Amino acid sequence: MDCRAVIRELSEYLDGELDRTLFEEVERHLAHCQDCRLVVNTTKKTIEFYCNSAPLPLPEDVRNRLHAALATRLKRPSP
Amino acid sequence: MSSLKPKPVPERTPVGGADEHVFVERARRGDLAAFEELVNRYERKIFRLALNITGNREDAEEVLQEAFLKAYTNLDRFQGDSRFYTWLVRIAVNEGLMKLRRRRPNVVSLDQELEAEDDLLPRQVEDWGPNPEQRFAQIELQRILDEAIAGLEPDYRVVFVLRDIEQLSSEETAQALDISVPAVKSRLLRARLKLRERLNPYFRPGESPLPARPER
Repeated sequence: MDCRAVIRELSEYLDGELDRTLFEEVERHLAHCQDCRLVVNTTKKTIEFYCNSAPLPLPEDVRNRLHAALATRLKRPSP
Repeated sequence: MSSLKPKPVPERTPVGGADEHVFVERARRGDLAAFEELVNRYERKIFRLALNITGNREDAEEVLQEAFLKAYTNLDRFQGDSRFYTWLVRIAVNEGLMKLRRRRPNVVSLDQELEAEDDLLPRQVEDWGPNPEQRFAQIELQRILDEAIAGLEPDYRVVFVLRDIEQLSSEETAQALDISVPAVKSRLLRARLKLRERLNPYFRPGESPLPARPER
């Protein structure tokens, strides 16, 4: 397996979705290829940054306007 | 490499809850209070999703409102074969993409094949060290992350947001975007690699902790 093939499998490798054979091939390549190891590690870190970034609080004014809009526009039409 | 175990990242956290279908059913029969419960559950996530897609708070607020209004008025069409949340995400994504198309009509093309040509091999290969984020204050780190993701092409950004931020599965993401699972996987890989390259200048060792802001 060459670098290009490893990069192609990188997402599924990180997500733990590779089958055993492919996984072992990737591992074998990573054991001796520092460049690919760095790409794998920094891509993993990239995902973790976004995954761990604090969820935005919904601003109170945005929430109030949402609920006001729903209350106004979802009222049953008067007969 | 023992340090590179295939541990899934990120860990997926479930949303919804076992009682979701009860609220959906009541809302379907016109119970606004039940629908409000669903709104309360998902309003933060839908706003964050809308903000990530549109990159603009005003647009995100409109998407938020339209998504819930459309969800309520179209509840009859919700089949129940997916989670309500996934269905809601689909509506919000469509609203968000419509906004983007109106603003930048030539940039948004989710139905187009994007994957064929470009070379995947990363151009910059450098280590970031063990805790690169410690070089930045939290607020600065968030700005860097926001700018990096805002610079992705919408087609990649949307897939990355749904998979790695909203933590939908590949199947749910495919459903929400009406594209195939292989297309989701392919775009996710490219999005992750592109983001990695965009973050690289900030985190590689020896760089000033505060490089000049990239041109927007």
